[in-house]
Amino acid sequence: MYELITEISRWAVPFVLLLVPLAAAVKKVPVFETFVQGAESGFSTAIKTIPFLVAMLVAVSVFRASGAMQLMAEILSPLLALIGFPVEVLPHAIMRPISGGAALGVATDVIQNHGPDSFIGMLVSTMQGSSDTTFYVLALYFGSVGVHRYRYAVATGLTGDITTLIASIFIVNAVFG
Amino acid sequence: MINYIWLGMIVISILVAGAQGNIEVITKAAFEGAEAAVKVSLSLIAIMTFWLGMMKLAEAAGLVKALARLVQPFTAFLFPSVPKDHPAMGAIVMNLSANILGLSNAATPMGLIAMKELQKLNGNRNTASDAMCTFLAINTACITLIPTTIIGVRLMYGSQDPTAIVGTTIFATACGMTVAIIADRVYRQIYYWRWK
Repeated sequence: MYELITEISRWAVPFVLLLVPLAAAVKKVPVFETFVQGAESGFSTAIKTIPFLVAMLVAVSVFRASGAMQLMAEILSPLLALIGFPVEVLPHAIMRPISGGAALGVATDVIQNHGPDSFIGMLVSTMQGSSDTTFYVLALYFGSVGVHRYRYAVATGLTGDITTLIASIFIVNAVFG
Repeated sequence: MINYIWLGMIVISILVAGAQGNIEVITKAAFEGAEAAVKVSLSLIAIMTFWLGMMKLAEAAGLVKALARLVQPFTAFLFPSVPKDHPAMGAIVMNLSANILGLSNAATPMGLIAMKELQKLNGNRNTASDAMCTFLAINTACITLIPTTIIGVRLMYGSQDPTAIVGTTIFATACGMTVAIIADRVYRQIYYWRWK
């Protein structure tokens, strides 16, 4: 099953790259001109995200460097010990929604220290694989179109993150516990 | 809400750093964060330009429409406010397909294209529409079939079975996606009830 899925994802982009221009050519579309026409706005779209990403990444960066994140982990840890959640993985849970790179760093560190096949290693791997960087996606996607009133989107994103986290703890306990 | 979270993160960080007597880390971290943000945006230029070109071709070839029609029952339920033949639907479908396959580098430009199309339907330029909130909800909590990066890390540290976490990941993401879709609807009701 896994081999099949990896094979599909290996072929996905080359397949699209072959299929799309061919299909367009069959429909008598001028392929080169159409591609260039579409590509035109790539630069401006990417540049438009700069202020939103700067705002978000500055906050994330000072939050981590100041030790505030560590403090938050310490405050929360007795609470989470109650549901059988290992303290070693807590920094990852806090970091995951705010910084993808930092979360991967924490996960790598945990795997290095506890082994990839230990319970903690399995848990942190599942957590890393199953969640996305909510704040980054919010800032990037909304920023690219100039939306700055997010309404309830942050709350929804965090609800999804918490659910994924709880589901990860549950399933890893059930399968590898 | 984002205003409070952002302000809170900055104020707390400065208080914590000040109390610990290492306030100088703030200056360094702030500029590092800003630099990282610009780097991300610049690296997006290349891949955005590529996928925007491909999207335009796919649209002209009628492929986007065909794909969107295929999953129409599902997307019509998720995005009732988006007309079924609108290009936003095509972009949303392509973004979700890329996410499910774990192609994060292809998923991001598709997501930005979808946002751009959704913005055309948005009556209020500065405020996220219902459809945008739903799109973000399923985007941040999307089912993942292969968590490629972490499998690589496990392999690097000598795991006996690097892909052992694929099943648990699918389970966890399925739960997250289901709850995110429900939460999106519930919070929307609360939001309208509170502000109207």
